[in-house]
Amino acid sequence: MSRHKELGLTDAEHERIVALIQREPNDVELAMFSLMWSEHCGYKHSRKLLQTLPTDGPRVVLGPGENAGAVDVGGGLSCAFKVESHNHPSAVEPFQGAATGVGGILRDVFAVGARPIAVLDSLRFGEPGESARSRYLLEHAVAGIGHYGNSIGVATVGGEIYFESAYEQNCLVNAMCLGLIETEKLIRSAAAGAGNVVLLFGARTGRDGIGGASVLASAELGDEDAAKRPTVQIGDPFEESKLLECSLELLGRGLLVALQDLGAAGLTSSSAEMAAKGDVGIDLDISKVPLREAGMEPFEIMISESQERMLCIVEPERVQAVLDVCARWDVLATAIGVVTGSGRLRVLDGERVAGDLPVPALVDECPAYDLAPAPPARPLYPAPARSLDDGADPRATLLALLGSANLASRRPVFEQYDCIVGSRTARRPDQADAAVLMLDANGGRRRPALAVSIDGNGRRVACDPYRGAVEAVLECSANLACVGADPLGLTNCLNFGNPEKPHIAWQFSRAVAGLGDACRALGIPVVGGNVSLYNEGGEGPILPTPVVGMVGELPDAVRAGRLGFAQRGDAVALIAARGWAPARAGSELAKLRGEPLEGELPAADLGELRAVHAAIRQAVRSGALHSAHDVAEGGVAVALAECCVAGGVGADVTVDTSEESLFGEGPGAFVVSGPRDAFAAFGSAVTVIGAVGGRELRIAGALTVAVDELAAAHADGLVQLLG
Amino acid sequence: MKFGVIQFPGSCDERDALAAASRVGEAVLLWHRDHDLQGADAVIVPGGFSYGDYLRAGALARFSPIMTEVERFARHGGLVLGICNGFQVLCEAGLLPGALLPNVSLRFVCRQVLLDVVNADTSWTRACEPGDQLSIPAKHQTGRYWAPDPVLDELEANGQVVLRYATGNGFNGAARDIAGVSNHAGNVVGLMPHPEHAVDPLTGSADGLRLFESAALVAV
Repeated sequence: MSRHKELGLTDAEHERIVALIQREPNDVELAMFSLMWSEHCGYKHSRKLLQTLPTDGPRVVLGPGENAGAVDVGGGLSCAFKVESHNHPSAVEPFQGAATGVGGILRDVFAVGARPIAVLDSLRFGEPGESARSRYLLEHAVAGIGHYGNSIGVATVGGEIYFESAYEQNCLVNAMCLGLIETEKLIRSAAAGAGNVVLLFGARTGRDGIGGASVLASAELGDEDAAKRPTVQIGDPFEESKLLECSLELLGRGLLVALQDLGAAGLTSSSAEMAAKGDVGIDLDISKVPLREAGMEPFEIMISESQERMLCIVEPERVQAVLDVCARWDVLATAIGVVTGSGRLRVLDGERVAGDLPVPALVDECPAYDLAPAPPARPLYPAPARSLDDGADPRATLLALLGSANLASRRPVFEQYDCIVGSRTARRPDQADAAVLMLDANGGRRRPALAVSIDGNGRRVACDPYRGAVEAVLECSANLACVGADPLGLTNCLNFGNPEKPHIAWQFSRAVAGLGDACRALGIPVVGGNVSLYNEGGEGPILPTPVVGMVGELPDAVRAGRLGFAQRGDAVALIAARGWAPARAGSELAKLRGEPLEGELPAADLGELRAVHAAIRQAVRSGALHSAHDVAEGGVAVALAECCVAGGVGADVTVDTSEESLFGEGPGAFVVSGPRDAFAAFGSAVTVIGAVGGRELRIAGALTVAVDELAAAHADGLVQLLG
Repeated sequence: MKFGVIQFPGSCDERDALAAASRVGEAVLLWHRDHDLQGADAVIVPGGFSYGDYLRAGALARFSPIMTEVERFARHGGLVLGICNGFQVLCEAGLLPGALLPNVSLRFVCRQVLLDVVNADTSWTRACEPGDQLSIPAKHQTGRYWAPDPVLDELEANGQVVLRYATGNGFNGAARDIAGVSNHAGNVVGLMPHPEHAVDPLTGSADGLRLFESAALVAV
């Protein structure tokens, strides 16, 4: 096979490169092109779709294209945030794959100068009850996330996990990070100023992660994956902790012109992107790069994905001051290059020129392909194994749902994460539908705060990519509303199969259309994100999984909402949008019954839902509601049970007892509690359904279950599956 | 009252400890490579993963230059509090008896726990009453307190067991449910749970403030 094909470039792409540079690229240059033009770095199958997403908004400070997006959160502060995937490395080596996923997203956030304050994770695995491999991947990915996040002292405050057999071969590990910064101190990654020094700091460069972006991230997984372990990077949170403090001190002292983290494609992409954004050139002398082992080839140095490294641009007279700060933090720092006016990225090995490429060819000329979408001719995903009889009564159904892998308590997982470091966590996992983080840990009388939620349900997107993606945005917005937060912006991670296949292209383009429409209707800009394609194993593609991470603000954390019923005697109400029509298609009940992923998802009236979310938000902020919980997987019955379990108290309610009404799913409903007069503002959307009290959940005419029994089913579900 | 909070490379909770101590007095960060306690009346060795927990939790930090001064300060009766990793550092330094082993589950656990105050007569628990219960979060992977039985007997006899996990609240397998111990004189205390993360009802509890208030009482 020809060299360019081994590196993942097509013949046409190779020809385009030759035409652009007017000669055959040498091995170093070809390696650089193969990474910059990979899907992971070049977004060649996704760029055109991503350009359709709305990115403007009054609070947007940094939009897509920087290391992380940022929104203005008031008081002179901005919140930088981003979600990114580390799926393929995690499928090959889950502990390091997940750990370095966290490390990478942390660096993206402190690369814009923000101090990371929270991490969330969105995870997908195969069925834990059926697959030892999935249990192994879960256990080690969770340990890896904890190892990195806990060690570096950034709180892991939320996340989600779903189990579906379509993720058996190709698990998903998406990590999101939020950071805070004084807006005027935000730093960009554009290199500037011919003669300025390019300085590499952090860990030494080794052979780990060679070709991760092209070999792992931009191709389907197969049987040879064990041989790909060397392409997985190894993380060291201690090194990153020093790197973080060192970077923030350098920025705080105003010593840097520009800063960029080294992620996928290492020095190649970081230097090329810094040069492209600043419309300048960069000369790098790779003989000056501190190496972990002798004898590394120039191309290896240029594409190594060794972790915990940053690249910065420094004015010559400030180089010594930068080196001094790095020394104080025991961080290795080396001047390895210089900014030029040439518009070329030159790779020097001492005196020898090892590569010399025009920056625009690497960065801007990466081809952008049109997709050829076509709906699948036949179902893509086999029906799941049945685990619940059709004849099961509502009581047994509720207990089965609460203890099922997708709905059981995540406590066994989130207890492995430090959710409190930083002293800002006002709502921890299990206390509310979204995490709540105070802006100022030491606070004044009023405690302005951020709320954050991450969500994406592949089952529903598989049923209907458009409506399923709309629901992911709605779900995050609903979660924020339940704590009283107003959305400011979102980031997304688009996890799909091979976009060169028409049915995947169809899933992908329909889902992006849904995301865009939902964002426009709700007025929420997309400030950044990541695309992970080629998520396929031998048995087919993953469920299409757009993951949405949303950040919002609330004026006072003291009044942040909780999900659990709070007070005996409170009235319980169901708030439902006019068109709310829960159905069995794509529901968790359908899964337990062994039904395939098909059927029509209920439509959502986005204008009305925006108004309902605003009304919930206002009622939580005013203190009128004592609890608020969004109705999601498992429907109204599961939502009621979760409110009882979280509050440690029962409820007696009367609702429609049809199967669809109890367990059906569809966007647009909430279970809330409070004094009866608290619900007046909801007008016709509210139905008072009962009262909080007692030790049982009683749904008249359907079921009565002790709260202790509900709590036990919920608590034990995951523990039992994981053994 | 002036608190000094040490910052090692890899510390995580030093800023939180600084903020917590600031609620009852002045507080400054102390740099691990310095030999200067900056006139602090009390020193806090904070939580985190100093030196990446390499070799063994606390084993490297104990040799930091600042620890020479902390040891001298402690042996002259100065007030020292070790929290989590700080507790491990103080055990490694020989300022506190015993050792911290990996949790029986071998997993990191983060959980709000109830602690029984066993001895309210140390420099760091004086603002409590014996038998008080404090709600304070614990978060660690290496927090199982261990010492040989004769040492444990002696600690109990001397009142050096300061805090225990309340019934049903221990999760790490600690000997005799011990969450915190003191030296013989009671001026040096170490505990695994994090009082600096329990100083504000909004984040779960304000019970941890009592430890910082105790130190301030001593100073006055």
